[in-house]
Amino acid sequence: METTLPLAQTVANPFTHRRSPARLWEGAFRWAIRLGAYAVLLAAACIFLQIGIKGGQTVFTSHWPFVNVAFFTEKPSTLYVFDWQGQKLELSDPQFRAFQAKHPGVDLQPETYAHSAGGILPCIVGTALLVAGSMTIALFLGVASAIYLSEYSRPSAALRVIRLAIMNLAGVPSIVFGLFGAALFVTYFQWNVSLLAGWFTLAFMVLPVVITSSEEALKAVPQGFREASLALGATKWQTIRTNVLPYAIPGILTSSILGIARVAGETAPILFTAAYVVRDNYPWEVDKWTDFFFQPVQALPYHIYVVSSKIPQNAYTERMQYGTAFVFLGLVLLISLGSVLLRLRLREKLKW
Amino acid sequence: MKNSLSMEETPTAPPPTAAPLAIPSPEAIEVERLDFFYGDFHALHGVNLRVPAHQVTAFIGPSGCGKSTLLRCFNRMNDLVPGARIGGGSIRIHGTDINRPNVDPIELRKRVGMVFQKSNPFPKSIYENVIYGLRIQGRAKRSELDEVVERSLRQAALWDEVKDRLDESGLGLSGGQQQRLCIARAIAVEPEIILMDEPCSALDPIATSKVEELIFDLKKHYTIVIVTHNMQQAGRCSDLTAFFYLGRLIEMARTEKIFTNPAEKQTEDYITGRFG
Repeated sequence: METTLPLAQTVANPFTHRRSPARLWEGAFRWAIRLGAYAVLLAAACIFLQIGIKGGQTVFTSHWPFVNVAFFTEKPSTLYVFDWQGQKLELSDPQFRAFQAKHPGVDLQPETYAHSAGGILPCIVGTALLVAGSMTIALFLGVASAIYLSEYSRPSAALRVIRLAIMNLAGVPSIVFGLFGAALFVTYFQWNVSLLAGWFTLAFMVLPVVITSSEEALKAVPQGFREASLALGATKWQTIRTNVLPYAIPGILTSSILGIARVAGETAPILFTAAYVVRDNYPWEVDKWTDFFFQPVQALPYHIYVVSSKIPQNAYTERMQYGTAFVFLGLVLLISLGSVLLRLRLREKLKW
Repeated sequence: MKNSLSMEETPTAPPPTAAPLAIPSPEAIEVERLDFFYGDFHALHGVNLRVPAHQVTAFIGPSGCGKSTLLRCFNRMNDLVPGARIGGGSIRIHGTDINRPNVDPIELRKRVGMVFQKSNPFPKSIYENVIYGLRIQGRAKRSELDEVVERSLRQAALWDEVKDRLDESGLGLSGGQQQRLCIARAIAVEPEIILMDEPCSALDPIATSKVEELIFDLKKHYTIVIVTHNMQQAGRCSDLTAFFYLGRLIEMARTEKIFTNPAEKQTEDYITGRFG
């Protein structure tokens, strides 16, 4: 067997491509990882296109004002489909009643489809309220814990236990949070299925994310600011308030973006604690202001769940499913975009 | 009440006579048989030292010799380091033992200012940087602020360079200007002692010489302790020099004497560059 390499004299280009197992593997592996990366793109495109196209048909209309206004301003209602003078009419509950009143004595023999007409305003409002309330609680508790952990606490056994608890909390499945909320807030505190119970359940769910990222944000503030402030005779809290927290806020906001998307999206935690299939009143229609906190709400993810699995399926419910999903995605994107812009503006102001 | 008391005792610059002190003493800082530990590591071994008022005292020595540790004992910044503790001995500032339980480190730091190795202006305007100390001490009187800012920046030899852009961020200044801004910030609260931890180590030679001139001028109003790696710097701007090696004070004397005729062999070896 020839073992010597071809010499420069005998081969014109000694560095020419040569087949070898290593080169084959190189090519194969490069393609494998490339396909992996493109699969992500494919999955994202499929999801967004599917929801965009199907949901877009519900949300947008072909005539002025090009947006299905009723979908954003009405409650979900039953759809009535019937033939009238050779035409097929699709009316929502209030429209059908008005029609009946105009034509008394006529038996219209409509087919009815639950939850397939009207809009999703109560769900949008409910989700917005759930996000606002739970994020307020989560940010307050989370930032407070993060400040304690990163600025005040000294290494100790208790601290290790706290950190372990935070890590474990992050690994708890959301349905378990739902059960916990149902047991503690709904049953034991007797808050019933209510906005307040949902707020606290969701807040505890995102707490680990908020704490961990807030702590990172606080740690990223240069130590020099703290030292300079303390050396001027500031107390610890003065130092944190004036020279640590303000510079950590962009980072804390980043963490809350993740929190918002999760709070808005989770169905399991609100299943037993805050969400109702249908509510006759809007959240602001309460007798006493205290009732506001103790009322259940409708929510977008729960509504998708209901219209996708709790009612008979047909072409009309599909419109609601995709329309709701479309609005839901849009809402989460909008909130995220807002947080990113806010963060960018703050970053701009606080560069070091 | 405490605040107004400390106001009276603070020498308003420039003091016509020696500032009235709690216990009249020509020594600003007296260190006696000080032992200091980081956990199990014995960082300072029985250090005895006297820092006279209105003089510039330089601490020199190779890295890890304990000079910065000692400096940070003077305003109890070591309190912030987990595991750091004083093992024995005492530090008196103007006659008061600063490690007694009834000494509030916050009150101490109002009187013993510090300038750090890495210039660390806050990401606020130059103006806000200078008055930060007054603001958090609750001493900021609106009518006096402009005056304090001008006086402090003038003392820090920075006024002419920044007087037209006091509203701009302190981080927009050059490295040397930032360090002088930090000095202005430290002197705005009118401390009695200013501790400087290698204030010029991150500066270029021109900025360094400006800060050194400034240090020389500041000793009229303040007692200054400066830690430096740079022996020429100690030679140029200090009145007294203390040489540390492996956690021990080897020698302390007038700067001229240390540099021309040191008593200890180790000092001579270090100064002539044979080690360190």
